[in-house]
Order: sequence, then structure tokens, then C-alpha cells
Amino acid sequence: MKNEIVIGLEVHVQLKTKSKLFCGCSTEFGADPNANTCPVCMGWPGTLPVLNRRAVEFGMLAALSLNCEINQDIKFDRKNYFYPDLPKAYQISQYDMPLAEEGQVEVELDGEKAVVGIERLHLEEDAGKLVHSTAGAESYVDYNRTSVPLAEIVTKPDITSPEQAEVFLRSLKQRMEYLEVSDCNMEEGSLRCDANLSVRTPEGELGTKTEVKNMNSFKGVRKALAYEAQRQKKVLSSGGEVVQETRLWDESEQITREMRSKEEAHDYRYFPEPDLVPVKIDSKWQSEVKQCLPEMPEEKYERFQAEYDLSDEATQTLTASRPLADFFERALTGDVSPRSVSNLIIADLKREMNERDWTINDVNITPENLAALARMFEEDVISSNVCSELIAELVESGGDPEAIVEERDLKQISDAGELEAIIDEVINENPDAVEDIRSGADQAIGFLIGQVMQKTQGQADPGQARKMLQERV
Amino acid sequence: METELLDLSLNELQNKLQNSEISPVELVEASISRYQNFDKEINSFVSFNSKESLQKAREVDVSRENGPLAGIPLALKDNLCRAGYATTCGSNILEGHRPPYTATAVKAIEEAGAIIVGNANMDEFAMGSSTETSAYGLTRNPWDTERVPGGSSGGSAAAVAAGIVPAALGSDTGGSIRQPAAFSGVVGFKPTYGRVSRYGLIAFASSLDQIGPITRTVEDAALLTEIISGHDPADSTSLDQPVPEYHGNINPKPENLTVGIPAEYFGEGVDEEVETIVRQAASDLKAEGAELVDVSLSTTEQAISAYYVIATAEASSNLARFDGVRYGPRAQEFEDMIDMYSQTRAEGFGAEVKRRIMLGTFVLSSGYYEAYYGKAQKVRTLIKRDFENAFEKCDLILTPTTPTAAFKLGSRVDDPVQMYMNDVLTAPTNLAGLPAITLPVDANSDGLPVAAQLIGPSLSEQMLFDIAYLLQELSPWEPCSAPLKE
Ligand SMILES: [Zn+2]
Repeated sequence: MKNEIVIGLEVHVQLKTKSKLFCGCSTEFGADPNANTCPVCMGWPGTLPVLNRRAVEFGMLAALSLNCEINQDIKFDRKNYFYPDLPKAYQISQYDMPLAEEGQVEVELDGEKAVVGIERLHLEEDAGKLVHSTAGAESYVDYNRTSVPLAEIVTKPDITSPEQAEVFLRSLKQRMEYLEVSDCNMEEGSLRCDANLSVRTPEGELGTKTEVKNMNSFKGVRKALAYEAQRQKKVLSSGGEVVQETRLWDESEQITREMRSKEEAHDYRYFPEPDLVPVKIDSKWQSEVKQCLPEMPEEKYERFQAEYDLSDEATQTLTASRPLADFFERALTGDVSPRSVSNLIIADLKREMNERDWTINDVNITPENLAALARMFEEDVISSNVCSELIAELVESGGDPEAIVEERDLKQISDAGELEAIIDEVINENPDAVEDIRSGADQAIGFLIGQVMQKTQGQADPGQARKMLQERV
Repeated sequence: METELLDLSLNELQNKLQNSEISPVELVEASISRYQNFDKEINSFVSFNSKESLQKAREVDVSRENGPLAGIPLALKDNLCRAGYATTCGSNILEGHRPPYTATAVKAIEEAGAIIVGNANMDEFAMGSSTETSAYGLTRNPWDTERVPGGSSGGSAAAVAAGIVPAALGSDTGGSIRQPAAFSGVVGFKPTYGRVSRYGLIAFASSLDQIGPITRTVEDAALLTEIISGHDPADSTSLDQPVPEYHGNINPKPENLTVGIPAEYFGEGVDEEVETIVRQAASDLKAEGAELVDVSLSTTEQAISAYYVIATAEASSNLARFDGVRYGPRAQEFEDMIDMYSQTRAEGFGAEVKRRIMLGTFVLSSGYYEAYYGKAQKVRTLIKRDFENAFEKCDLILTPTTPTAAFKLGSRVDDPVQMYMNDVLTAPTNLAGLPAITLPVDANSDGLPVAAQLIGPSLSEQMLFDIAYLLQELSPWEPCSAPLKE
């Protein structure tokens, strides 16, 4: 069957090298306006760019993770256009000899696998930002972002639905995070995505494509593309023609709007950047970089499946992000079982993170702490309640769980002798519930267990309590 | 005393300074006095810092450890950045522009102890062959003030010829050091592309530009080249090759030397008197034991077209940054952002610069790129091969530097193509990235200097200095200042 929708993406990924692509300035996000600038990135007359080899290596890692071929000979070109945020009035980019070409990524949507081809990956410098004054007609320029390295990734027109586009982007983000070459935060702009979309005409021909820009979240990409596909279908089914143009996604109105037509398209007058020399990527350099390639998501998933006795879902969750997977594996110390560590991470730790909108990097609990908690829980030293509460506490403020348990006397009471008096008390205080149980209403036992837990500040072993209550009643 | 002082070579000046025969103050005072007496007429400087230079002369310690130029006044072409000093490229669009950093080559001569007295005039953005397109007025030739000094480093050449400074730095994109040096009767050297860092040279055409010295003698050119050469991590196109002591190693050995004479550089368009004088220079070398051979540089005719395509293409991009947003004057009145760009650039650039920006924009435009820029790059490759083939038959090539001696002011400004022909004998070396030196060898019947050019293979600086020195000794021309009348 022919695809109804054809989508190609152009993704800009900000590479998080310490310094910029062509000068030594810091790339740190959020500095005071124009604090991270120098004569080179400000384009002062007479200055010259010097290529940051680290950025080339980050680009190579990104390309390898997308299964691209790295080109041995690459060069940089000038893309000429006027805008105040572009201090040289040209962007140093790569035109006909990009860093890498011909890659592919497997994506899975609703259990169906598909391959998205990668046309090319090239390096280029970012532009600055215009800041418009609220009062007057002035605009100010912040050049901090100028010359921060970007990898532009262009897919082949292989994507067949807005949902698949979103899945591809999430997979791309996951890869870049695994490589630690980019944060891929769409809201902060460290991942930007433009799309080309066309739909099939009623005659079955592939229609004219439009370019969609200004999508600022993964959800936004999906919605914008769904809107644009519908719009084009409507135009075609009413006998109209789709015009080749660039359209902007309007997040508040949830529609795309015309930005510029093909006639107004820029002529960028690309030509080889004479201030830089062509770069040779020999096999030695390439293999050095290859050695830095970490285990990628698919490989980690396979290995976790093989090494740890976990459910598919748990494996998926743990390997979704590299820091989380690393946290999990670092917590596997001693003879604690992977399953209980995994349970604590997925049930408790992730809940605490979600509540705070934190990532694993923000939490104050260490993998060693979590391992200690898992061990105490496995050995019935603490109850599951105490365990959850301690995770919540340590996520926030950190600390040594063993010391805390000792200090606050939080050890679980599972000794029948210790529990006996409390059980007696609960039975005496709740004759109605005891009666209910005797007449077959089993749920009342839960109430009595709750009473036991309350009296022991959650330290009673609920299994032991249940067993004893059943015996006594 | 004054003329005498300023006719001395850098080496002689340095010796006299160290022997306390003269003081840096006397030297700078002589320079100021020459400037005051003559520059009203020739206008070789766009800025001259008398007071500050004198102050520096009082403070400078001229002992040898303080560098080979300690206490010696020098001038910079107005496109070489020096932190805090106006650097305008002879253009209104950079009026009052003070760079926040210093060019690597400028730093090198400062560290060698030089006292930079001011910035020399130039064709706007180095685009010209007569120094008539500067926004700060035209410069006159000290040998005949009705004539041009050549360009674009015309201010540097005129200042040296007039004896205001013993030496200056210029830049050469298609002949911009050699042609004005030839017209002004001084020595000019364009190093191998990449020999001198371009960091801090405000670009005209990045793949062709190279900084070099303008001096009265070959030895001085060797000394200055030695000082400004070397690898610079700030310039990716600079060569990572050791710098020999050119000056101390000058050793002319005409025996076993083969000098190539390219017919294409002597033919049509070259003034007969110029040809005779330069051929005599070749004969002088032969008399010393050198062998003369005919070589062919058949791409010479296409070179000038390729040069103007490549140079203007790069310039159109290099000069796009002058938009009034960050530095330089901005148009006072405009409608919107695009209009601000248009007005600022319309007011800021002169006619020749606009012409070249438009030409360069055109040759890079989609649909025309292959026919112009692409083809020009292919010609450039052929030119390089042409030189390589020639250098299999000879050690160096000897040619006239310019087709004619200095022409009259105003005689070519309205005919760009005629003006562009000035570069015909110099631009091919820039396209090939080769080193070339020019030196005056004789005067023509009008008493104007006529120069010979020596072109060598890549990094053959030492040989060029050796043979140019020999020619300087053999030729009738004696290094001197122009006989300006007060
Ligand atoms: Zn910078």
C-alpha cells in the first residue's frame, strides 16, 4: 500500500561541547546576555574561525549512533544571509561535503517496526537571539548562542505519520542522551525540528510538499504535522492545489500559517569557507571515536534482558535513559537482587522524580543508598512502607539509610513475641471487626492489619501480622 | 641629518641606536618632521600619532634584547587591527572603528620593539590599484605628485618612499603590496600564502590575502618578513613550518641559478621601456652566472578573470558583516531592518566596493555559480599547475611587476577594466599562493621607478631575498627616498 503521508525531518541538535564551534567561548546556557562572546564569535573584522575538534568528534558519535557513514574528507562552507543575530552575515555550515551520510534508525510504533533513513548529518554554527523590548520598537541581540555547535540531521522522506515522526524524534533524543553529546531539550532549543510534509492526491500521486517550522515540543511536532496533513488533504479534496511554501506552527491556535512562499526563498550563495582548511577524518581518528561509543539503547536492552531477571516493561523503563540505567546497575552491589532494585526504582524512585519533575540527575539519593534500602527490605529489616518513606526522604535530602533506620529505630517488627501484645490489643479494641471476620467478611482483616501498622508506626511486618491475626481470630 | 637618518636601513638604524649614535626620540622626531613637511601633499597617512610616538620613543630601551626593531618608527596599512586604535580600511563604514584586539603580525612587530606611528592610507577595503578610492582622500606618488602611488597599499608605499618611515606593513591580494611598491620605487614582498598569519587583517579575499612588508631595501624586507612570519593557531590557514633567519642568511649565489622568463609577462600591454629595463635586469643576473630559460605560463590571460571572480565572491561575503549593527556608523534614518541595512551600506561603501560586492554576489548566485565561481576555481588549479611545471625548469621567475610605471591621477578611475589590468602580472601568484618580491631596478625616461618581480616556488622566501639582494646590488637603482620638495 502506498503511504498517504510522506514526512522528512530536519533536526538541529545542539552539541554540548564546553566551548563553541570556532572559538574558545563557553557554551553554557543561561549566562548574562553577551557574556559568552569574544571578537571571533562576534564576527569582528579581521577575526578567523578555528575548528573545535571536539565538536567534530561529538558529531561523529551522533552520526555513528544513527548508523551513518562518516566521510573521510569534509569541508565547511559559508551560507550567506543577512540577519542581526548572525554577526558575520554568513553561517559556517557544510554544503556538499558533510560530516556523515546514509544512516538509518529503526523505530517502533504500536508494535510495528519501520526504518527511517538518514540523508546526512553536518556540522554548523548556531546564530544568536533577538530580544525585543516590550516598551519600544527596539530589538537587542544576545550573541551567547552564536557559534554554539549544531549537528543538522536530515532524514529521508521515510516517515509516514505524525506519530511516527514523534517516535523518531524521541528515539533521536534518547540516542543523543546516551552519547552525552546533547541535552535535546526542545523547550530550551537544544533540539529543533523542521518538517517537510506532503500527502497523496486523490489520483494517487505524491503531492507538493510544504515546510513546517516553529514546533517547540515533541507533542507540538505531532500535532502540527497532523494539522498540516489534514489541511493539505482538505485543499486537495476540494479540488485545490497545495502551494510550495514555508508554514509556521501556531501553538496557541493549533494551526499552521503561511510564512513565506517559494519565490521569496533565500539564495544562500554557498561557497567553500576560505578561512578553514578541509578536514581529513582518517581511519585512526574514526576508530578512536568509535571506541568512545557507549552501549546504545537497543544493546543495553538486549543485555539487561539477558543478564537480569526483569519484565520487558521494567527493562524498557530502566533503559529509556542512560543515567537511569547506570543508576540501576550501580545499585546492584552485594547480593541484592536486580528485581528488588528495579522495583524500588520503578515504583518509588520514579514516582518521587515525577512528583518533582526531576530527572535521575537531580535526586540526592545515591545508588548505594538505594542498594542498602533494597537489601534491608529483602532481609525483612524494614517494611515496604518504611522503605518508600525513606526513598522519598533521601530523594529530597540524601543521607545514610542504614544509619537512619538505626537511629530512628525503624526496624520492622516481625518477631511474633514482639507483635503478640499489639495484636491482642487490636483484637480487644475492635470486637466488631473481629466479629465480621468470623462471619466471613475477610476484608475486615485489612482494617485490623492497618491498626497494627498504626500502633507500630509502620514497622510491623504486615505479612507476619496477617498470619498472627488469622490464627488468633 | 633628517633625510640621512630616514634613508638608512633597519639594520643600520638598529646599530646606530645601540651605539647611541642616535636616539629613538631623534628618529621619531625626524619621522614627525617628514610627515609634517610632506604628508599634506601626498596624504599617505589616515592617522598619525605624533605625541604618543614621541612618548614611546622616550620610554623605549633600545638594547638588543628588546627586539630588532626597538625604537624604530613603522607604519601599518589601515586594515591591520590594533587594539584601541582606529582601523578603518579607508572606508566610511568603519569610521572611528577601534578593534578590541591586535592582529598577530602587528603584535609581532610591537614585540620586536617597533614604534607604530600611524595607519597608512589605502584603497577602500584594499580594492584598487591607485589609492584613489579611499574615503579619506587619495594618496599621491612621492616621485611625481601628479601620479598615483599604486594600490591598494599606496599609503604604505608612499610613506616609505617619502622617508616618513623606513618600513611599513601592507597586504597583498592581487598585487596590493607589489604594485604600489613598484610605482613608488620601494621594495615589496608578498610571502607564501599561510607564511604570515592573517588574524587581524580585515579580509578582502581570504584565500588570496597575505600580509607583507614594504621597505626601501631587500634586507629590510627579509628582516620584517622574518619577524611577522610563523604559525598562528588563530589562523587555520597559517603554515606550521619553521621560520628561517632570512635576514642573517642572505647569501646571493647566482651560479647554478636558472631564471625563468615567461613570454606571457613581456608581451602585449607591457610598456616597452618597462620591458627593456626588466630584460636588462635579467641580463645582469646572466652576467653573474645565472642561466636564463624561457618558460610558459599560458594561463596568464585567464588569470585576471579568475582572480576577479574569486576575489569579488569572497569579498561579497567578507564585507556582508558591515551592517551598522555592532560597529561602525549606522544610517540615521531608515524604515525597517532591511532598510537599515540598505541605507547603512549605501552610505558607508564607496562606488568601487559596491561594484565588487555586486559582482561577487552575482557570481555566487544560484544558476551562475558553476559558470563563474566554479570555472574560476578550475582556472586557479590550472594556474598552480602552470607554475609547478615552470618550476621544474627554473628556480625562480623574473618578470616586470607592473605593465607600466605609475600612471597619472584620475586617468583610470572611470575605466575599471583598464584599472584591473594593473594586477595582470601580480594576481597569478596570489591565485597560486606563491611568494614574490618586487624591487626597483631602474628609472624610466620620466624619472619614474621601474620594478622587477621575482616569483619563487612555495616557501622559497630565502632564495627570493638572496637573488633580489643581488639584483639590488647589480641594478642602477640605488635605494633612497623620493626627492620631495618642502
Ligand atoms: Zn567567542
